[in-house]
This record gives sequence, C-alpha cells and structure tokens, in this order.
Amino acid sequence: MIEITSMNDMWLTLLLTLDATLRLSTPLVLAAMAGLFSERSGVVDIGLEGKMLAACFASATIAHFTGSPWLALLAAVAVSLGLALVHGFATITHKGDQIVSGVALNILVSGLTIILGLTWFRQGGQTPALTGEGRFVTLDLPGSELLHSVPLLGPLYKELISGHNILVYLAFALVPLVWWVLFRTRFGLRLRAVGENPKAVDTAGISVNALRYKAVMIGGVLCGIAGTYIAIAHNAQFTRDMTAGAGYIALAALIFGKWRPLTVLVACLLFGFLQAFAMRIEGVDLPVIGSIPVQIIEAVPYILTVILLAGFIGKAIPPKAVGRPYVKER
Amino acid sequence: MSRDTRLAWINGLLLPLMNILTAFAATAILFLLINVNPIEAAKTLLYGAFGYGEGIGYTFYYTTNFIFTGLAVAIAFHAGLFNIGGEGQAYIGGLGAGLVVFMLFPGLSPWLMIPASIFGAMLFGGIWAMAPGYLQAYRGSHIVITTIMFNFLAATLMVYLLVKVLREPGKMTPQSVLFPDNAWLPFVHDVLPAFGIEMERSPLNLSIVLALVMAVLVWFFLWQTRWGYAIRATGRNASAAVYAGISQKKIIMVAMCISGALAGLVGINELLGYHHRIIMNFHIGYGFGGIAVALMGRNHPFGIVIAALLFGTLYQGGAELAFEWSNISRDIVVVMQGLVILFCGALEYMYKPWLVRWLAPVKEVQA
Amino acid sequence: MSLAIELENIDKRFGAVHANVNVDLQVREGSIHGIVGENGAGKSTLMSILYGFYHADAGTIKVFDKECHFQDSHQAIAIGIGMVHQHFMLIDNFTVLENVMLGAEGGYLLAEGMDKARTELQRLAREYGLDVDLDATIESLSVGLQQRVEILKALYKGAKILILDEPTGVLTPQETDELFKIFAALKEQGVTIVLITHKLREIMAVTDAVSVMRQGAMVAHVATETTSESQLAELMVGRKVLLDVTKSDIKPGEVLLKVKQLNWQDQHGVMRLKNINLDIRAGEVLGVAGVSGNGQSELLQVLSGINPIQDGCIEVHGNSFTVKQQTNAGKMREFGMAHVPEDRHKMGMITEFSAAESAILGYHKDAELNNGIWLKPDLVEKRCLDLMQAFDVRPNDVKLKSANFSGGNQQKLILAREMEHQPEVLLIGQPTRGVDVGAIEFIHQRILDMRDAGKAVLLVSVELEEILSLSDRIIVMCDGEITGRMAIEDADERSIGMLMANAQQAHDPLQANEKQGVQA
Repeated sequence: MIEITSMNDMWLTLLLTLDATLRLSTPLVLAAMAGLFSERSGVVDIGLEGKMLAACFASATIAHFTGSPWLALLAAVAVSLGLALVHGFATITHKGDQIVSGVALNILVSGLTIILGLTWFRQGGQTPALTGEGRFVTLDLPGSELLHSVPLLGPLYKELISGHNILVYLAFALVPLVWWVLFRTRFGLRLRAVGENPKAVDTAGISVNALRYKAVMIGGVLCGIAGTYIAIAHNAQFTRDMTAGAGYIALAALIFGKWRPLTVLVACLLFGFLQAFAMRIEGVDLPVIGSIPVQIIEAVPYILTVILLAGFIGKAIPPKAVGRPYVKER
Repeated sequence: MSRDTRLAWINGLLLPLMNILTAFAATAILFLLINVNPIEAAKTLLYGAFGYGEGIGYTFYYTTNFIFTGLAVAIAFHAGLFNIGGEGQAYIGGLGAGLVVFMLFPGLSPWLMIPASIFGAMLFGGIWAMAPGYLQAYRGSHIVITTIMFNFLAATLMVYLLVKVLREPGKMTPQSVLFPDNAWLPFVHDVLPAFGIEMERSPLNLSIVLALVMAVLVWFFLWQTRWGYAIRATGRNASAAVYAGISQKKIIMVAMCISGALAGLVGINELLGYHHRIIMNFHIGYGFGGIAVALMGRNHPFGIVIAALLFGTLYQGGAELAFEWSNISRDIVVVMQGLVILFCGALEYMYKPWLVRWLAPVKEVQA
Repeated sequence: MSLAIELENIDKRFGAVHANVNVDLQVREGSIHGIVGENGAGKSTLMSILYGFYHADAGTIKVFDKECHFQDSHQAIAIGIGMVHQHFMLIDNFTVLENVMLGAEGGYLLAEGMDKARTELQRLAREYGLDVDLDATIESLSVGLQQRVEILKALYKGAKILILDEPTGVLTPQETDELFKIFAALKEQGVTIVLITHKLREIMAVTDAVSVMRQGAMVAHVATETTSESQLAELMVGRKVLLDVTKSDIKPGEVLLKVKQLNWQDQHGVMRLKNINLDIRAGEVLGVAGVSGNGQSELLQVLSGINPIQDGCIEVHGNSFTVKQQTNAGKMREFGMAHVPEDRHKMGMITEFSAAESAILGYHKDAELNNGIWLKPDLVEKRCLDLMQAFDVRPNDVKLKSANFSGGNQQKLILAREMEHQPEVLLIGQPTRGVDVGAIEFIHQRILDMRDAGKAVLLVSVELEEILSLSDRIIVMCDGEITGRMAIEDADERSIGMLMANAQQAHDPLQANEKQGVQA
C-alpha cells in the first residue's frame, strides 16, 4: 500500500518505479540487441526466448556449483552461443525456415532445462536457491551515501542510478556500443547491407553466410548475458519457463524501435516501465476504477505488443531481406 | 526405377524417416546423459502406452488432442501460415465449450447440448485465432508474434475467469462447477460393453470419434472442395493464387479461423470428455505438440493421425517413465517435440543432398 | 595488342539447362567489345562466370595472360574485373558513398576510409564525367544516376575491365548518349569494356568488335566495322523466320476491350503506365511490341485485374472499371476475359500441383466442376484430359506434377486452359518464351484460331517476329507510353525498332491525331 503524503514521497515513488524499470528492462534491452544484430543481417530470430532460458539454467547451475557469478556468465554465454549456432546451421547453411527453427529451439529448451534440472538437482526442475555467493552483487556507485541528503538529486543518484548490479550497467552501456558498431565500423556497414540486399554484398565479394553467422553469434552472446541476469542477478535461481515471454516482448520492442538501437532502447524502457508501474499499482485502490486485477496488469505487456504490431503506432519497415534464406539463383 | 520416382521416394518417405530417426537418436543420447538406459526407457515407454488397458486408454485419449491440434497447425500451414497459437486457442476453446453448457438448460437433451458445446468450442477457438489472422491480413502484423502473445493473453484471461468469475462458490480451487450430466461426453469404457468388449477405466471418451471424423472432414475440405483448393494454392504460390482471383486476405482469415476452431476442440476432449468442468491448464503442451505432429505427418490428415498416435504414445509412455525414474518428468515429451520440430521442420532437407547423390544421381547426358 | 580476356571452352549447366556450350571468347585490351544474343542466349551466365559469381563446369579463364580460378567475386575484383549488372546491386537506403565503399572500406572503422573514398570518387567523377551526389541515398536517384554509381563502384575498386550487362535497357536516349561518352573517356584511359546487349544499334555505334551468342554457344566473332545490323540480326536469330501461319481475312467486329487514360505507378512511385489508350475489337490481334520492362507487364496485370486500377478506365463486357469501381482477377474472368501470364512459373500454374489441379487454376469455382460443395476430382481430371487432348499436351498424364512437364507442354496446358474457356477477350504475355520450336507453330496457330473465331486478342511479346506474324494491328510501348501505332500492312522491323528505343520523338500518335481531329 502506498500512501502519497507529500511531494517528496511522490518523487521517491517515481524514482523507485524508474529504478524497477531499469531492472526490468535490462533483459529486454539485451535480448532486443541480440535480435537487432540477427534481423539486421536478415535472419529472423524467434529463438531469443529459448536462448535466454537456456542461459538462465546454465548460469544458475554453474553459479550453484562454483559460487562464481562470472563463471556462471561464461557458461551461460557458451550455451546460448551453441544454440545460436544450431539456429544458424539450420537457417543459413541448410536454408531452413527461420521461424520453425526458432520455435523448435524454444520448445526444446523449455523441456530440456527441466529434465536436466531434475537429474542434477531433484528439486522439481528448479535449481537450488543461491544465497548471495554466486549472485551478482549490487554496486553502489561512489558518493551515493554522501549525496543522499541533497534534495531531489541525492535520491536520484542513490536510488535510480547507483545500486544496480553490474549487468544492468553493462546492458545500458552496450546500446551506444551497438550503435557505434552498426554505423561506424566496416562490419556494421556490411551487416546492414546484407540484411537489405544480400546479392549486392555477394557481388562485392563478401561472404553473405559468414556475415550472417557472425550476427547470429553476437545475438547468442547477448542472450547469454540476458539469461544470466534474469536467473542470478534479478532472481536467485532457475525456475520453469522463467523468461515468461521476455524474448517475444523484446522482438516487439525491436519492431517498435524500427530496428535502430536507440529507439529500441526507448521501447524496452517503455515496456519495463509498464511492468514496473503495473506492479506498483497492484492492489492499490485507484479513484473511480478501483483495484485492478493482477491478471490485467500481467497482461499489459502482451496487449501492448499486439497493439504495437497492429501498426496503430506507426508502420515499421524491416530490413528488406529479412526472413529469406540467401540462395544464389540463376 | 526412373529418377523421378526415386526422388519421390526420397522426398516422401526416406527423408522424413531419417529425420524422425535422428530425433529419436538425439533423444536416446539425452537419456544416456541423464543416466537412463535408452533401451530400458523405450521398453518402459511402450509398456506404459500399450501394456495395460488403462494405459492404452490414456494413449488414445492423448492422441485425440494431438489430432485436433495437428490438424489445426496443418490447415494453417497449407495456407502458408504458421499458427503457433494452438495453446491459447485450445484453452479458449474449452472456455467456449463450458460457457455453452452453462448457458443452456440443464434439462436439455445431450443430443442437443453436446453439439452446441462443440460449436461453442469451435467458435471461441476460431475467434481466438482469427484475431491474429485479421491483424496479419489487414495490418501486416507478424502472425507468429501475435499468436504467441495471444497464448499469454489466454493464460491470464483464464486465470482471471477461473479465480474471479467462474469459480465454484465456496471452494478454493480455481475451477468451475461440475457440468450437468447431459454435458458429459460418454467414456469409451462405458460404451464398449454394449458391444461386448470390456475395458479398463481411462479418460478415453467419444471425442476420439470426433477427432477421426474431423480428420476425414479436413481431408475432404482441403482436397475435394474449391475453398480447400484456394487455400492450398495460396500456400504454394501466392502470386498464382492472386492470378486465379483468390483473395489473399480472405484466405488468411478463413484458414486461421478453421485452424483455431480445430484447436478449440481440445476443450471438448478435456472438459466434456474427462474433467467435466472448466479447469486450469488442461491445454498445456498440446498446441506446441500439434506443430510437431503436423510436421511429422507432413500436413496430411492421414499422416497426422499416425503422428498423433506416436505422440500420444510418447505422452502416456512418458508418464510411465516419470513413474519409474525420479529424474524424468513429462517434460521429456516436450524435448522430443522440440527435436521433432527441429529435424522434421527446420532441418528438413539436411540429408537430401546425400540421399540424392547416393540414390538418384544426375546421369551425365551425352549431347 | 594484348588480350585482356581469353575464355576457352567454357561450359556450364544449371540442372537441365545447358547455359554455356563450349564458349570461346577473346577480348583485346583497351577495346570496347560487344556480346550480343537474344534473351536466354547465355551472355549473362558467361560474364557471371568471368566475374567469379558462378563457377564454370569446364574451361579456362585467362585475364591479362594469367590463368585464373576464381573462388568468388572477391578475387575477380582483385584482378581488376568490375561488373555493372542488369539489375543493380545497390543498397537502396544507403548513400552513394556507402554503396561504393561496400567491400572496399579501407579499414575496420569507416571514418578512415570515407575521406579517402570521397577524394578518390571526386577525382573519378571529374575524369570520366560520372557526376553524382555522394551523399544522396540510392532510392532518391534516377535510374541513370544509379547506373553511374555502379560504374563508380567498379572503377573505385580498380577495375581495368568493365563488364556492363544490358546497361541501356533502363535508360532514356539522352542517358544512353551520356553513357557512351563515358565509355569513350574510359577507353581513352585504357579501360577494357565488355558490353552485353541485344540492341544492335548500340553495338554498331560504340563497339570495336562483336561476339554473337545463340542458345548457349558462341557462333561468330567479327570486327564491328566489317558487319552490319542486319547481318548481326541474322547471326543472332539463326532459325528461319516463322512459317507462314494461315491468317484468314476477317473483318474486326465491335470493340470488346476499351482502355482509357490508364496511368499506373508502382510501389516506389515510378510511373509504369502513362496515359494508355487502346481498344481491341472482336476478331483481331493487337500486338504490343517493346523491350521488356517498358510497362507491358504492368499493362497485362492491370487489365487482368491482378493490380488495382489507380487512374483511368477499363471497359469490358459492358462494364466500366475505374479506381472507384474496382475489379479483380475473378471478376474479369466472369466477364469473359482470360489471361495467359508472361511468367508461367510465377503465376500461370502451381509447379507442385498436379497437371489436373493446374488446369483449373482460376476456374476452380466453375459450376461444371462442382457438385454442391464437392469439387469433384473426376470432373477436374476430365477437364484436364480434354484440355490436354485439345492442345496435344504430352505426356497425357493428369496426375503428373506440373513441374515435370517440358516448358512447351506447360505453356500449351495454360493456353488450353484459358482458350478452351471461350473467353471474349484473351490477354497473352510471351506465349512462346522457353518453348521449343515444334510447340511454337502450334501455339501461334491457336492464337490465330481464336482471332478467327471472333475473339479479341492482346498479344504482348518481346519477339518482334512473333508480333509481326500474328498481329493485325501493332502498338509499340516504351517507358510506359505508347510510342507508335500501326496496321500490320504498314509495319516493318526497322521503324518498330526505333519506336521501341526512342520515347522522345513520339508521343502517342493517337493523341497527336486526336488533337488534330483525325481518326486513328
């Protein structure tokens, strides 16, 4: 229950909501960047969800056994990368249907994580709860305590900006990096080209398949980080299907953000904010409407995704060659 | 044997067979990884599915669901659409079936009640699929993502309804009141004695007849009517379909609607045939399983029935496996579904170059 | 003079198609060398092999006297071969600078390479007259300017040999002249140019030597100054001019199809049809001549109801269709129109379907085939069999997959399907494309039979001989406009050829005449 008694309280509430926004958006940002690389190169990746879930499981498992979050991260990235390569093998090398491949991997991971979890941990599919060792700790930025008493800005610094774990900072720092790679490097130029007109790239003497594999692999790495965050930073263990559709929401954010890193970031923040906001007002008696049932709140991200996709908020033009395998036709 | 015939054999039989065998091989490897002997596992599985009366009943009861969802996915595939929304459509179909039951008088003859309920299931399932279909046809929204979103929406909607609206008064469990007698679809084990056959109790009910009837109807619709022709033409070659005067938008809507209606029939098997009330999560796994069944059955009703039987076997056998080994749960079937979709779908043509080179090579023609 | 390119015994198959049959080619350094041939003669395939895009099944390639085995285009580019493709290899939403740099960025970071590229491109532009705004996006440029970008791309990567595949097909006459000036400048700098084209006039105007290809083989190699257009034409075509088809003397009846002021632009906003006016009477064949890509395809698709009308009016069977009153392919069929599409694989049939199922494409709703909701297979098969027998389609197997019939038989089946339905108006596109000679005669005769039976036929073809032997009247299209109209008696190849290439001189004579009050 929240009682708004003063401006200061309102400010604090807002900050806490924004704080939650950042934490909820982090996996979305990472997954959306993963999807960005893949789709910009022309490969649809419905399998973001599966890669993240696999990464969740891998990181939680390794964190349990080694107590080191960094080793857990490494393992998660390796697993996610492996799945990305399978997707690449099916769709790039064998020209298979990109969507069927993504769906297959999602379903496979959904079941496999439980089976392996049962075998190794006997806890009904989840991994043992991590106690602190093994989780990513929150970082308090220097000076946060000192500045705490500064009105307005103090709490802003302490609550919102400081006090996240390192993966959150990493995710947001990644976005400008992604932008830079896409638009300021040779690799980025070629990647964007291959998603628009692979034939032009081929005739320029550049390997289309190599570029696409690289894109898909980068996606694998990013999904690995996203899954690690969900499992051992945001939560403290792996539970069944814990990604809860984040992979698909990330895809929606990607479309909403028109495949550009900065706008995609905004879209992810928007989704995160809605989730945070929904959690805040759960059970709160709002004027006129009354208390909103928790299920409606849970449904908001999905409803919003559908509205987005229905194009009621602008039309999104994907990379021209996305979804089609490249075949040298005569 | 001419080259063309060889190629037909490769495409129609050898390739799908090798894909399925690869999926099985991968599963066997998985079993080894979790310290289970694959041969033992296979034996247990087959025993669980066919070794005793109750097991057999369960097997066919699961098969029924897979036939419905397999047909659903297949019809959409024929139109060139990928309907991943079977989970949600099945769930909402059950809602539709139950709502019809509650709306009509308890005293109504079952000969009217049950068909009405079937209609309700198909209507609700169809609508739940037609919404994404409409969005794809008229707004260009990617149907894969919208159907997945609708799966999630179905889940939250049903939780809300079963907890807040439809819950049996005074009870804690989120489920509806029991259906009146006239809405109970007879169990097979209750019907068979009339023919002199005794059978152990199981959830198997007359929906399986409905499922087989649907398989025949779908076959007839797709290959013996002009609308089926239009759907198949659209899926194979959209330009040619436009040339033929077939409206692409209409086809998308119709195909998705029928697809959802078929998936919705899972609700009949589960709710009218077994649980006799609306419950949570009766639908889990059948929607995605339908994808595997459709791919394995190559989108043909005949193949789908066989593939559905295979998956029903796996489902029931999987329960036996879970019983025998503490580290196996029903999720092993989900893994197999994923492997089947991977090898029969995404990697469909993986073996083709080798098979062609080995069995049907191009002979050098002298100019 | 040394040889820039020497190809020996190049052989290439694509499945059943023998695209290059033991081809030899020698191109002198610093010359402008033409390669001519009809559509499908194998010219593009040959050059793609030289460019490393395809691998030859057999034969040797020597560039500047060095034997080469190209794994991919990268190596060809490194040796100095540059190619300007018929369909541009450009990224529409990239700038000119970005497109040129792709593949030759000059480092991991773009910033370094960009300045260098800019300077170099400005130099090239000055030297060869290839002015273009480096920061404009491709989609904002005209086709002629886009082509310049393609040439700049090749030169920037150090091309000493420049291959151009049908470069003038998309250019206006002025742009073509400018292109030839660029050729001259390049030649002066010692660049070797290979020009693939089927336009004989250009060969004569600009090349030093010509090689002629026909049905995959190289049939002649001459110095341009020793030959003529007509001689080249003869070498190109090779087969005898089509046999006399029996054309009865029939007087055209009433107008069955009328098209008024039809304008149409494609999704990119390019005007594909400009103010088209025509009518076709019962019992006549109206031939539409013109190089592929000048609006004929769009015309067929709008008239048949596949593309919606944007501006103008189509009148058929007493009905008037405009942008407010749309039609569609189904309706047009109901109103007695039939359509044999230009691309049978893309539209005319469904390759995975059996012949029987392809035979009812567009007619699956026919009352004769349906018994209530049942589309009776035996009726469908009988219809197919009847069609096959009427048009001698072989093999006579209704269950055989459409893809397994030869091109000629596929085409015959489609024609049978459309013709046997007794339409009033028949639209036909490229009826004998990819069809063997024996079937061609048959098809031509059937077209004339339709005419004799009092149908109105619109015949679109890039084969001028076909137009000349079948048409009663001819219109010529260029760049989306009708540039010429004539009765068959007044038609000759030379004048039509000029009208096909030259939009400037003729606005639609019909309109010109109407302005003067003269009946067409």
